[in-house]
Amino acid sequence: MVDVAILVSVGRHPASGQARRAPSDARALELAFGLPPGRRDALHAGDPTNPALRDYLGMGLERLTVLAMAEGRDPTDALAARLRGLSPGIILTGNQAEGGEDSGMLPYVVAQALGLAIVPDVVAIALDAEGRTAEVVQALARGQRRALRVELPFVATVHPAAPAARPSAFGPARRGRIEVVPVDAPPDAFLTACAARPWRDRPKRLSVGAAGGGTGGALERLRAATEAKAGQGRVLVEPSPDEAARAIWDYLQEQGMQPR
Amino acid sequence: MVAAALSTVTLTVLLVGLALALVQARRWRAGRAAAVDLWAGLAALPGRYLVDVHAVVGRTPFNARFHALSAGGFLAALALLVVLALPPLRHPALWGLLALALAAMLAGGLMVGYRRRVLRPAGLSGGRFNRLPLALTGFAAAFLLVAADQSAGGVLPVPVGLALVALGGWGLAELVFGVWNGPLKHAVHGALHLVAHPRPARFHDGAGRDSGLRPLDLETADSGPLGAGRVVDFAWNRLLGFDACVQCGRCETACPAFAAGLPLNPKKLIQDLVLSLDEGGDDRAYTGSRHPGRPVGAATSGPSRPLVGPQAMIHPDTLWACTTCRACVQECPMMIEHVDAVVDLRRFQTLELGATPAKAAGVLEELRATDNPGGRSLDRRLDWAVDLRLPVLAAGGTCDVLLWLGDGAYDLRNQRSLRALVLLLRRAGVDFAVLGAEELDCGDVARRLGDEATFQDLARRNVALLNGRRFARIVTADPHAFHTLRNEYPAFGGRWTVLHHTAFLLELVRSGALTVTAPLGQAVAYHDPCYLGRYNGETDAPRALLDAIGARRREMERSGLRSRCCGGGGGAPLTDVAGERRIPDMRMDDARASGAPILAVACPTCTLMLEGVVEPRPAVAEIAELVLAATEPTR
Repeated sequence: MVDVAILVSVGRHPASGQARRAPSDARALELAFGLPPGRRDALHAGDPTNPALRDYLGMGLERLTVLAMAEGRDPTDALAARLRGLSPGIILTGNQAEGGEDSGMLPYVVAQALGLAIVPDVVAIALDAEGRTAEVVQALARGQRRALRVELPFVATVHPAAPAARPSAFGPARRGRIEVVPVDAPPDAFLTACAARPWRDRPKRLSVGAAGGGTGGALERLRAATEAKAGQGRVLVEPSPDEAARAIWDYLQEQGMQPR
Repeated sequence: MVAAALSTVTLTVLLVGLALALVQARRWRAGRAAAVDLWAGLAALPGRYLVDVHAVVGRTPFNARFHALSAGGFLAALALLVVLALPPLRHPALWGLLALALAAMLAGGLMVGYRRRVLRPAGLSGGRFNRLPLALTGFAAAFLLVAADQSAGGVLPVPVGLALVALGGWGLAELVFGVWNGPLKHAVHGALHLVAHPRPARFHDGAGRDSGLRPLDLETADSGPLGAGRVVDFAWNRLLGFDACVQCGRCETACPAFAAGLPLNPKKLIQDLVLSLDEGGDDRAYTGSRHPGRPVGAATSGPSRPLVGPQAMIHPDTLWACTTCRACVQECPMMIEHVDAVVDLRRFQTLELGATPAKAAGVLEELRATDNPGGRSLDRRLDWAVDLRLPVLAAGGTCDVLLWLGDGAYDLRNQRSLRALVLLLRRAGVDFAVLGAEELDCGDVARRLGDEATFQDLARRNVALLNGRRFARIVTADPHAFHTLRNEYPAFGGRWTVLHHTAFLLELVRSGALTVTAPLGQAVAYHDPCYLGRYNGETDAPRALLDAIGARRREMERSGLRSRCCGGGGGAPLTDVAGERRIPDMRMDDARASGAPILAVACPTCTLMLEGVVEPRPAVAEIAELVLAATEPTR
């Protein structure tokens, strides 16, 4: 049993720009569904009439509290105040929004305001029997994972590598309740000063004539990408255990995997 | 004495049978209300039986004959037996007539026995069904002797006569009780189903075809669950329809999923629904073929239990294996609407539970956010045609032909056939335009996956979009879009003339706008898309077009209205249920067997599914590509 608060935002589809549930926030809600049943408070700060909010209700959430504020306001104080009142054991949210400043700073600011620890880029949470501490798995670069034990209460941001969110269904989305709480929020001066325009890829520099690129055509490039270089590594035939261990140790050193 | 015994036995059995039929009928009342014109249905019943049902049964003429003999003889015999229950009417001539009717029935019964014991089609169910020929011949033979004897004045010893009455009575009881819940269910339930059929327009006295799905009411929020989660969520006349199933197995023989070893047998699916009407049973008594790879007896039935689930009567894999190809509906002599049932079940899974299989759910989410299933930007729908400078029809604009591109415009392979089609339109001097970035997905895949909400949203916006422009006709190369625009958008206020490109190209060739300069001269097998053939009855235009460009056309095993699905409909490539084989591989076997070096297709989905089959195989060519090559200008 643990009380969980989930902060959800309105996402923006990269291709169409249409509002949708934010993928990492939806994953945060999915993680919350997997925790032992306690109170589950989902919070959104913004426009309560945004239809994309129903996507979260469609995942099986019965109630979503919206701290109603106009566009371009700073939601952090209002969220922190609300969360102080709820005092949940775990606060979950996605690690980055789609829209607004996209800085991923909100959970840090909220955690600081509440004086809580923050665990970024979480992919799994398991609670101990008493509900005092949680085993948390954190996603690191290149698919590495780190297990942490964290004492409740804490804030966790959910990584896109966390288990996929369940689909949102129309029936529950329509039946779910949106509770509107009007709040005062200061204008976000930085955000209003920003100009937003669609992001586009920088054109890639073509390296014509360089090794592995260009001159030999597609077949050459495929070969460069797939062929293994000969002459690397060495073959030990029936090595002694010491010799074998030494070889493994050297290899690990070489790959930068020595224990710290 | 023998005559009196005969009458008593007959009337008793008939009355008990009637009572049991009423008990059976009570089960359907658990279903939802449905608007049914019973009187019109009753008036149309004889025609529906003798024309529509006969047309299906008569595809196997032997079956039509034994039905005519045994059912005709049985009904006549029953009528005469009731008349003969009145002593003053027991005239030797009437007995003679009865003997005649029973003789016809005996012949029919023997044919039934021959079919069940000697021919043994794989789709038939066993169990009680195997006693049917015994009951038919026993009843007919025993009462035939009694009737002949009575007409001759009663020469048989009384004990022999009574023994014959007893034997015939057993046969009659078996038959009449079989109407209640056995091998003759189709006799009364089938007739009632024809009366209260949910799609009266599909019969010969209506439009002759009615394949568009019915819109789900999404406006009234408290009208119960969306779709069917429990069996009682179906309308009562749908339940009646399931009960009309006689387990003849024709659907099973036609089902591409069953043939490929996917866990779906349409016959068993309907029986799962029938069994679910009874509390606390299971499917151990079912004696037909199972859903391939699925056990029986694993789930408990009940009207208020969930129908679909890993532990429920219908496994999710069974539900999501269906390609909605309608082969089962086409073959069903009892006019059961399997695809409607599948879609109703899927609606509940998708709209209420969000239990759409993972990849399909992802596609639906992209579709909601971007208005196309691939999640691409709508601006890029015309990227492939940047050199063709397609005229885009703006709001308020006018053109003769509106070319609906569909999702094929995002796919490299189908861009090739769309390019061929555009070049043909140019060559023929057609005044056409496309919608460009404003065209949304037609919603076909969302609807077949049960996402009625997304479908209706897309349908409304597409209808508004199209109604804001003036054009004479819509032409599309995608039979799924063709079917949706033509048959399913009218419910949302969109009524236009919609043509599949094969029909339009045929028109251009016939009118001389396109001249065949280089006749193909090769053997070509044509694969009918389900959504063009069975859904819309269009099997002639593509064939006539192939003939016109000089193709030596060969018919594959299963073609025309009985074509085998490519495996790509109904979102099946997204739900991706595993089987023993792939459906397109089986279809390609049909093409290989035809010996034709070219397999002509007329649907973007068929193109992808069939071209995905490993070589060696016939080359897959979209009809437009063949027409383009055959009408190349000579100078």
